[in-house]
Amino acid sequence: MRRVVQLYKSTIGKKIMMALTGVILVGFVLGHMIGNLKAFQGAEKIDAYGEFLREMGSPIFGHGQVLWLVRIVLIVAFIVHVIAALQLTRVGQKARREKYAKSLEYEASTYASRTMRYGGVFLLVFVVYHLLHMTTGTMHPDFQIGGIYHNLQVAFGSVVVAGFYLVAMAALGFHLFHGVWSGFQTLGLNHPRYNRYRRPLAVGVAVVIALGFVAIPISFLAGILS
Amino acid sequence: MQLVLHVWRQAGPNVKGAFATHRVAANPHMSFLEMLDSLNEELAANDEEPVAFEHDCREGICGSCGIVINGVPHGPTRGTATCQLHMRKFRDGDEIWIEPWRAAAFPVIKDLVVDRSPLDAIVQAGGYITARTGSAPDANAIPIPKDDAELAMDAAACIGCGACVAACPNASAMLFTAAKASHLGLLPQGQPERDERALKMVSMMDAAGFGGCTNHGECEIACPKEISVEFIARLNRDLFKASVMAVE
Ligand code: HEM
Ligand code: FES
Repeated sequence: MRRVVQLYKSTIGKKIMMALTGVILVGFVLGHMIGNLKAFQGAEKIDAYGEFLREMGSPIFGHGQVLWLVRIVLIVAFIVHVIAALQLTRVGQKARREKYAKSLEYEASTYASRTMRYGGVFLLVFVVYHLLHMTTGTMHPDFQIGGIYHNLQVAFGSVVVAGFYLVAMAALGFHLFHGVWSGFQTLGLNHPRYNRYRRPLAVGVAVVIALGFVAIPISFLAGILS
Repeated sequence: MQLVLHVWRQAGPNVKGAFATHRVAANPHMSFLEMLDSLNEELAANDEEPVAFEHDCREGICGSCGIVINGVPHGPTRGTATCQLHMRKFRDGDEIWIEPWRAAAFPVIKDLVVDRSPLDAIVQAGGYITARTGSAPDANAIPIPKDDAELAMDAAACIGCGACVAACPNASAMLFTAAKASHLGLLPQGQPERDERALKMVSMMDAAGFGGCTNHGECEIACPKEISVEFIARLNRDLFKASVMAVE
């Protein structure tokens, strides 16, 4: 533990923690996206899937126990990821107080890499809204516990709500595009033979996850799901 | 060719600087520094203060001539230090913005000259090997695979100019530190101190006030020696191993 704390003190250590927690978060969004696609199999299947998530681990674990374990891992990963990001942002800002008068010509960095910090804050806002919307139902106009299909149907009946989900998923796509590639660098996973697959993999992860998620709100808007 | 230069003028470390506009006539065969020399001759002839800029070898090997030209460290030619940049890359009538490296760790000394000694501090912290001095050892006494030797040489091409810091949106010195750690870490002579080297160099890099690397990749493009960001991945791996796997 002392070593981990020591490592975390350095800027590289903070990035390594962001990469490790990022792997957890990417795993989660991938699983979540695939799970959501059950909506295309109808209300029964997706509602049953929600029930399965709560019953996961039974009979060894009780109702919701494994789900809570997973939630705790995700919450901790999310918090570490965000705090390290904020700390590194501050270090970076302090490292260049005086700006260039003729701003730097960007040649290698991408729109995605330069918006990680803003995009990350936006995703944080989205996650809070999304939990209040779809998990607790606090911000949902007609929330039914366990009635996942119904909750989606009502939510995405609103163009504004669906639109917000679309924008958030675009932001997620950009975040993943840089995040996945950056993660390889940060974890030192480079090898001359495989390096050329890193960018395409990052594009693939970003596109598949973003498209998989937006399929649901778009389908409700387009009347494919109703 | 006639040029309009907007040059950063700053009398000393803790005073405010500003751009001053100068007009110069240049010849396309001149190097960028020769163009500045001719501006300075004119300024001196008119009893004005010449523009301070750092230079030494003028052949791209000492690393002292870093200047940001139109928002690009070392100017528009890739893989080239400012001293080897030629005026034929510009057009008659061009306006050129000339600024020093901007990083909190590199305070301006005067005009375009910055204090790059934090880079030396990083090397002093661990960018060396401990070796017995005395007569030179036999060449090739220690076998080194050719690919490793080549890669070590690629890293060792770093001239310590600081363009990586200047180009980085976070003003991070990762490419420099990674190159200096890798050119030793790739060779057998660098192994005994490899873990310690990663720990010490990174902690000095952070202490010196550089930003953290977020893998934008601008450093690699700005580097006059075209050093690859792959060395950054290598340093990350070394630091991780040194911190977590170390026996002690
Ligand atoms: C269009 C995109 C998305 C849709 C339609 C969607 C839908 C849902 C639904 C229906 C639930 C509730 C599941 C249940 O009640 O059992 C849920 C939970 C959740 N979603 Fe999403 N989601 C989307 C994107 C995201 C993204 C991008 C993230 C994270 C960055 C995220 C994070 C979460 C979290 C943390 C939960 C709570 C999981 C739990 O209950 O432990 N969602 N989502
Ligand atoms: S003056 Fe030595 S590298 Fe340019």
